[in-house]
Amino acid sequence: MRGSMSFWRKLACALLVLVLAASSAANWLAPAGYAKQYRDATDAAPSHRHWLGTDELGRDRFARVLYGTRISLLLAPAAALLSTLMAALIGGLAGYLGGAWARMAMAVTDLFLSLPWLFLLITARALLPLNVSPLISVLVTFLLLGLLGWTAAARVLCTSAASLRTSDFVRQARAAGVPGQRLFWVHVVPNLKPVLYAQFWISIPVFILSEANLGILGLGVAEPMPSWGSLLKELEGLVSVGEEPWKFAPLILLVAVVTGFQLLLSKQEEVAA
Amino acid sequence: MTSLRWRIAGHALALLATVLFGGLLSATLVRLAPGFDVDERELDPHLSAQSVQALRDARHQDHNVFRFYFSYMQRAADGDLGTSLALGQPVRRLLHDRVPLTLRLLSIGLGLAWLLTLTLSLTAAWLRLSIYDSLTTAVSGALLCIPAAVLALLSVLWNVPGSLAIGLIVFPHSYRYSRNLLVRAYSRPHIIAARAKGLGEARILFWHVVPVVTPQLLSVAGVSVSMAVGAAIPVEALCGLPGIGQLAWQAALARDLPLLVNITILVTLVTLLANSGADVIGHMVRSQEA
Repeated sequence: MRGSMSFWRKLACALLVLVLAASSAANWLAPAGYAKQYRDATDAAPSHRHWLGTDELGRDRFARVLYGTRISLLLAPAAALLSTLMAALIGGLAGYLGGAWARMAMAVTDLFLSLPWLFLLITARALLPLNVSPLISVLVTFLLLGLLGWTAAARVLCTSAASLRTSDFVRQARAAGVPGQRLFWVHVVPNLKPVLYAQFWISIPVFILSEANLGILGLGVAEPMPSWGSLLKELEGLVSVGEEPWKFAPLILLVAVVTGFQLLLSKQEEVAA
Repeated sequence: MTSLRWRIAGHALALLATVLFGGLLSATLVRLAPGFDVDERELDPHLSAQSVQALRDARHQDHNVFRFYFSYMQRAADGDLGTSLALGQPVRRLLHDRVPLTLRLLSIGLGLAWLLTLTLSLTAAWLRLSIYDSLTTAVSGALLCIPAAVLALLSVLWNVPGSLAIGLIVFPHSYRYSRNLLVRAYSRPHIIAARAKGLGEARILFWHVVPVVTPQLLSVAGVSVSMAVGAAIPVEALCGLPGIGQLAWQAALARDLPLLVNITILVTLVTLLANSGADVIGHMVRSQEA
């Protein structure tokens, strides 16, 4: 069983590396830029010229999938990093300080956690201007994911930091006169690393899926910039599943990548435990 | 009994604090949002300078966040939740018209999700067949990797009810926890001994497993309400169902902040009530067991 799981993890790793490499090489692999329009071939079926056909504006779908993958795969980990750092700071510090600080931080965390994630996202997204440039919309979308996605991780980190606070080595360090700040950064934070890594990896697929949901609802990355969310919006115009199956290419890629992360996650969860 | 009262009081206090804090946070966000102090009617060339000034004066009292918050809470206490900027209708009427559909959708969706969850996780725990377990885990894992909005779109394409999409969005989350809980409960030594002595499966389930897992399953059920409410946005928006989720989506697209803020507070209250209810019932089950 262990051997077979290791095989699946290796396969997931290979898939993620392949997708990341292909999206990084989009400038060379794609036949054109993501915004280039072929006005003589709008909504075209796959051909040797356009491997995945073109969209209704005549843009090469293969190129858009490659560039969209690059955006989602680069910015979801960046958002995950931001949310993990926030969780470490808020949850870790609250757990380390304990008492009223921990209760207050966890009360705010619980309030955020009680709100459905997508509700929170669209509310926060709506508070910001929607008619911004595509680049700003990419940054705003992923920044929001990073700024709002720290709560669940903060809870886990608070519990881990609280258990470290009462551990023997921290008590001994405190008794030896190590100042509080040094105790936190030198003794507590390094011991939270496995949990931090796990939370980072857990957040990536969550953020990829959230961006996809926002994009389909028209609240994500603005046109003409592609992302998995904006590419999946095309599915809205389908009449039946079998009609134009090539339009499902971004979905298949997204599901494959998220599955890859989920398979890697089981390893991270073991490490965190 | 006293601890139960304290627990209920604690939850009631948390609900009240949430309304007050959530209201303040929302009012602050609305007040600070770009374009708050802008009224496009001022651009109307037909309006005189006095009319434009009157419009500005009408907005003047909203400049102070706290004054804005208190006037909002005062009006809310009187049942006036404001008027939707995009739809031009009272927010209260909009909520009143759309809540029943969302409630029906959520209750059917949650019912389907839990029926599927309990059936599959119980059979996984009973059968203890690795192929069956791998298959159900793979199905729930696959559903976990599909965006909720895509499941909603697929439900439109396949012409299946939106409640099924909600069920399929919630199912993988609830299944994961329930399966682990039940498998762990069934691997307890006293249950293995009971099985070895030939005790019936139904008796083992209702006498030994259900009391152990109920409080935790109730907590998962509470969290699943929050998931279902979140899933209602893409499902209602993409399936064309006029419920609260669709209203929130329309409000977000139109940046109709007064409407969005009220919906957010309502949704927070519903999810908090669900979580608090699950916690109180779980506590009652635990204390009865003790």
